[in-house]
Amino acid sequence: MLELIPVLLISITIVFFMVRLAPGGPFTSEKSFPAEAIERLNQHYGLDKPILVQYGNYLLNLLKGDLGPSFQYPSRTVNDIIKETFPVSLELGALAMLFALSIGLLAGIVASLKPNTLQDHMPMGLAMTGICMPSFVLGPLLILVFGLWLGWFNASGWELPSDRVLPVITLGAAYAAYISRLTRGSMLEILPADYIRTARAKGLSEATVIFKHTLKNALLPVVSYLGPATAGILTGSFVVETIFNIPGMGRMFVLAAFNRDYTLILGLVVFFSLLVVVFNAVVDILLGLLNPKLRMHA
Amino acid sequence: MNRFTFLAILLLLSGCAKRETPVETGNREKILHLGNLSEPKDLDPHVVTSVSAGNVISALLEGLVAEAPNDPSLKPVPGVAESWTVSDDRTVYTFRLRANAKWSNGDPVTADDFVFSYHRILSPAMGSPYAYMLHLLKNGRAYNLGTIPDFEQVGVKAIDSKTLELTLENPTASFLSQLKHWSWFPVHPPTILKYGRMDEIGTAWTQPGNFIGNGPFILKAWRQNQSIVVQKNPLYWDADTVSLNEIRFYPIGDHKIEERSFRAGQLHVTGTVPLDRVQYYRENKPELLRLDPYLRSYYYLLNVKKAPFNDVRVRKALAMAIDRKKIANFVTRSGEQPAYSFTPPFIGSYKPPMLFSTDVEAARKLLAEAGYPNGENFPATTLLYNTSDLHTRIAEVVQQMWKDNLGIDIELENVEWKVYQERRKNRLYDIARAEWVADFADPSSFLDVWLTDGGNNHAGWSSARYDDLLKQAASTDDSSEQNALYAQAETILIGEQPIIPLLFLPSKSLIQPSVKGWNPSILDHHPYKYIRLEE
Repeated sequence: MLELIPVLLISITIVFFMVRLAPGGPFTSEKSFPAEAIERLNQHYGLDKPILVQYGNYLLNLLKGDLGPSFQYPSRTVNDIIKETFPVSLELGALAMLFALSIGLLAGIVASLKPNTLQDHMPMGLAMTGICMPSFVLGPLLILVFGLWLGWFNASGWELPSDRVLPVITLGAAYAAYISRLTRGSMLEILPADYIRTARAKGLSEATVIFKHTLKNALLPVVSYLGPATAGILTGSFVVETIFNIPGMGRMFVLAAFNRDYTLILGLVVFFSLLVVVFNAVVDILLGLLNPKLRMHA
Repeated sequence: MNRFTFLAILLLLSGCAKRETPVETGNREKILHLGNLSEPKDLDPHVVTSVSAGNVISALLEGLVAEAPNDPSLKPVPGVAESWTVSDDRTVYTFRLRANAKWSNGDPVTADDFVFSYHRILSPAMGSPYAYMLHLLKNGRAYNLGTIPDFEQVGVKAIDSKTLELTLENPTASFLSQLKHWSWFPVHPPTILKYGRMDEIGTAWTQPGNFIGNGPFILKAWRQNQSIVVQKNPLYWDADTVSLNEIRFYPIGDHKIEERSFRAGQLHVTGTVPLDRVQYYRENKPELLRLDPYLRSYYYLLNVKKAPFNDVRVRKALAMAIDRKKIANFVTRSGEQPAYSFTPPFIGSYKPPMLFSTDVEAARKLLAEAGYPNGENFPATTLLYNTSDLHTRIAEVVQQMWKDNLGIDIELENVEWKVYQERRKNRLYDIARAEWVADFADPSSFLDVWLTDGGNNHAGWSSARYDDLLKQAASTDDSSEQNALYAQAETILIGEQPIIPLLFLPSKSLIQPSVKGWNPSILDHHPYKYIRLEE
């Protein structure tokens, strides 16, 4: 967890200066407004001060947990925007993760039980397709079939509970596919092990053998994959949020970059970095719980 | 597959019958679903600049004058003001406010509220981008720039609680039409002061629950990047006319997603139509497609401070070598009209001069006279535009026409939106695509762009005579005389050709048949109080 501080400081510094290098500023607009108006806005947001002073002020405010005002949305602070958009991304991400895990594990287990038969090739073929198909292809395809042809779901938005279905599948599909391959692989490694044969010899039911003895150990690579997968789902959600017009943090991030909303870009970078570090730490702890070897090592 | 999984899947599928779409529910419950393109920055009329914010604000607030439901000429009709008188010298307007005009909390709308609002937008500390609209007022500009510290000297006065007197710097024929712009709308003073100082931007007053308006609708919910919901205001003075119970504005920036949402029955009216879908709707579902004339002029900007564009013959040659009809009929194909002037030919009675046409022979001759026969030795030139399907298509065909007709090679340069704006503003281009959308229905909303001190005059072109003509036109009250002055000014502009007019773009939308009262408007304004939904 301690690496958090240098990681944050480096990302803030890079982003702080990089966004200001991009041509155009937060108040550049299609119609030019009087120079005095722009000057007033710059004063209002402290953008008229020397850049190092701005940097210092930003860090001081950050220590107080204040990410500053948004330039694009004057009536909201960056903290407000994160408070409003993060729960949306979290819901989407968590549901996608749940979907990925349930479908992925199930397919992996089913495939590993009868390797190299149709029961293996079917789900694994699907998984391969899932891994290869980018979300910007899968999303519109699902919308076309289930939204426009069958008329079961809305084509965009985040208003109804049913609006969650298509985005969650779109976001979770690739991860489900990857998890199923991981699960199958490690299941196949463990199933021939001596202790599994012992378990069967003791007369345990097949379900106990698979779910209690095999799966627990087969899960290790899946759990270590969860850290990067969570980060990927969070940072990758912007594509899905854009395709389905979901008011989440990923889409906000993209809009902020186009709008040159300096504080909002920075605030989201800080928040994303925090999230990634925290999730990695959580995964480390989970792995320790599952694998005594790692615990002893630590 | 065993029997159980089969049954489970069957159950799942049977649960997913075709749903009732939001449009169907909306028709029944009188809820209008609108595509609103982008997320408004704010809902403060003294802060915002975008059309999408203006759309929402026009539901929440009402100015002194308003728009009639179906009047293509957009003649101002009484709004909060039930009547007005104008002094003989056309500089003093006295408005009589309606006795029954109320704020959504029940307070009466008073003349003092307007004084407060105009004081607020003109306050230098607000830095309001549209404050310049109020520079029409006597001393409005001076107060806004801080040269006069005393607001008493600005031409805004409350004679009594229901009588408002506005004094103009100069007689301005388009004044009443300009009053329809949201920068002239009132705000509720106690609400502003409850959440901050008068001249403070970004306070919480625009949030749902806090917002007090005087328009036909009140703000119910604002979920950022998701939707803005307004519902009927029972205290609005003309509430009987309002048929809708609710309007929901959706900020869908991607035109393709918006069109898909329309097809899925989620939107009654879209903000636009993707370029490559127009043809499909025209051929298959023409009843859903609307292409209406709009005050939007699409043109190329020439950097007249730079060779070879400092030579008017080169500028004219480039303009004459483009076949605009071909572009409109075979490339963009969405109801565009060829443009040979900067001002569209459908603002009131004004008919812009037609000073040139497509004439390849004449263009070649002019180019040769300028020293580039058959395009030889023509300096390397780039055409700058921001990333968009429309701009790319037009740029590519213009590039080809210049090559075929004049023998010159132009390079295309496609950049991101803010980069483009920055380069255009600092005149770092040879040729740049540009467009202008009018703020109010008057030729001056177009022609004022090219004033010497015009903030949007990015061509670097200037003419004292042009400035003078527009000044004269502004203070003329006779419309035929005024049109003549505008035409003279535009003749100078197009004669010197710092810009190449290309197309007049229409307003494009997809609209469900259940929407009634959505009439064509050259400003793309559709007063929501007159919109009805049929089941």
